[in-house]
Amino acid sequence: MGILGDLAKGMSVTWRQMIDTIFRDGMITTEYPKEFREKPERFHGRHVLNRYEDGMEKCIGCELCAGACPARCIYVRGKENPVDAPVSPGERFGFVYEINMLRCIFCALCVEACPTEAITMTHLFEMSTTNRDDAIYTKDELLINEDGSANHMFPDDRLANLPELLKADGWMRATAPQGRVEYEGIPGWTPSAGVGLRPPEIGQSQDAPVVHDPSAPDEEE
Amino acid sequence: MDWWDFLLVVIRVVGVFVFLLTTVVFLVWIERKVIADMQNRLGPMRAGPHGVLQTVADGLKLFFKEQITPAKSEFLIYMLAPALSVVTAFLMFLVVPFARPIEFALGGELRTFTFQAMDLNVGVLYVLAISSIAVYAIVLAGWSSGSKYPLLGGVRATAQAISYEAAMGLSLVALIMFIAVQNRGANVMSMAAIVDFQAGTYGATEGIFSFLNPIITRVPKWFILPQVIPFIIFAIAGVAETNRAPFDLVEAEQELVAGFHTEYSGMRFAMFFLAEYVNMFTMSALMVTLFFGGWGGPFLDSIALNVGPWVATLVSFGYFMAKVFVFIFMYIWIRASLPRLRYDQLMELGWKRLIPGALLWLVASSLALAIRQFGLPWT
Repeated sequence: MGILGDLAKGMSVTWRQMIDTIFRDGMITTEYPKEFREKPERFHGRHVLNRYEDGMEKCIGCELCAGACPARCIYVRGKENPVDAPVSPGERFGFVYEINMLRCIFCALCVEACPTEAITMTHLFEMSTTNRDDAIYTKDELLINEDGSANHMFPDDRLANLPELLKADGWMRATAPQGRVEYEGIPGWTPSAGVGLRPPEIGQSQDAPVVHDPSAPDEEE
Repeated sequence: MDWWDFLLVVIRVVGVFVFLLTTVVFLVWIERKVIADMQNRLGPMRAGPHGVLQTVADGLKLFFKEQITPAKSEFLIYMLAPALSVVTAFLMFLVVPFARPIEFALGGELRTFTFQAMDLNVGVLYVLAISSIAVYAIVLAGWSSGSKYPLLGGVRATAQAISYEAAMGLSLVALIMFIAVQNRGANVMSMAAIVDFQAGTYGATEGIFSFLNPIITRVPKWFILPQVIPFIIFAIAGVAETNRAPFDLVEAEQELVAGFHTEYSGMRFAMFFLAEYVNMFTMSALMVTLFFGGWGGPFLDSIALNVGPWVATLVSFGYFMAKVFVFIFMYIWIRASLPRLRYDQLMELGWKRLIPGALLWLVASSLALAIRQFGLPWT
């Protein structure tokens, strides 16, 4: 009975899978471009450049992201903010910001390196192009609009899934958020900022988020 | 034989050809869908509703593709091998009856239209002969490609054909003997006659088993019941004969790239593909015809009498297709489940299990038939 038993065992596995797939919820593939599967929260997709709630760009052109990038795919040039119409709250702003997506390895080290959370990652991964030049994303595509909508190089593309571009990835903060001593050693896992400030972390008050007020005198000084 | 008869023959042959082609289109789709279900996948979904037109799209694509010819190939044989494979695949189905014959008047005569392209009086032998020729297509394709992997596939095809055709033939000998003893003088090798022999149910018995009569008189007189061992051997040999998993050593992807059709592309490859599925359908149809009563089924005669002969023909065709698709599902199920046999395992199964098994059954069944006819030798 050895061979026959083995045959029955093997055939029963496929039979069970077929019944599962047809009559129960056994199907594991989806019809991809028609339906999109919910991605993991910490999915590393295309980058965006964020703004503050008042419309100011978060990028200060410090080039730390370019320095942290292991694939050398980020090119940033900073420029002094115009005095009458500043682009970012800092001294300088990101005048040129380009990411070569053909080189990017989606490690999110740029996100970790950014001191102002200007560059973050989203859930969009459909970035295929027919042309090498189109794979270089410039500030036009990366920067979030003032109304909070995202830009895409080919907005009419069937796969230009703009809602996915607004889903920020989550990332782990190992250091104390905003340098506050109370939170040292408490890792906080938050979705990083899209538009505006990021939500409070574990232990922070929901009602009174810590907002840096430039007009108030600094406590340490 | 007048012109009307000639016309009817043409209609039958063309009808069978078109019927097989359309069935193959659905067969490929069904196979892909069933295997997808068994692997928790969707399968083809794009071309047509649920992807039914996927095969048509693939066929059209292959039709417009370049036919590459290797420089070292034997061109004439290389070109003829796929044609041989398709022609034999279609020829094999000629003798399979797939619906109830119908009588109607045409040209001032009452004619019987059989749903079978040609009723040969040596139908079973014809099937065995054609299936032997089909192997030549694979062997010649493998050899004429002038490349090592196709050659290995061709060599495997020869060995496989020799080991399994013997078992297949021997299993049918026992079946034919069984039929011949029961129907003396009848044309026992004709497929239409074999279907007719299986019509009806078993008669009531007397003696100690008479209490089973309510069941026995409802059991159809299919040859599967007395001849179950030949059926098992025929089914296994049939899978091996059509070169399908788990006996697809001839085109083992993991070992031989694509085996005998590695060097084929475009329409020539499509012909091999078509032949494989036609063969699969024909083998299932043969199993149904020889062992499961062909197009026969319950209520056919009363439908013909009360509703109309055309309806009975349609219903009998439905019976036939339903039975055939059970076997096709088995083919697909086996392909989705079982791993490929190793070369020596294939040989061992053929020479050490199937052929001795078929021979033993042949001896045992002929002894039983002789005893039933002439009584025990010492009495």
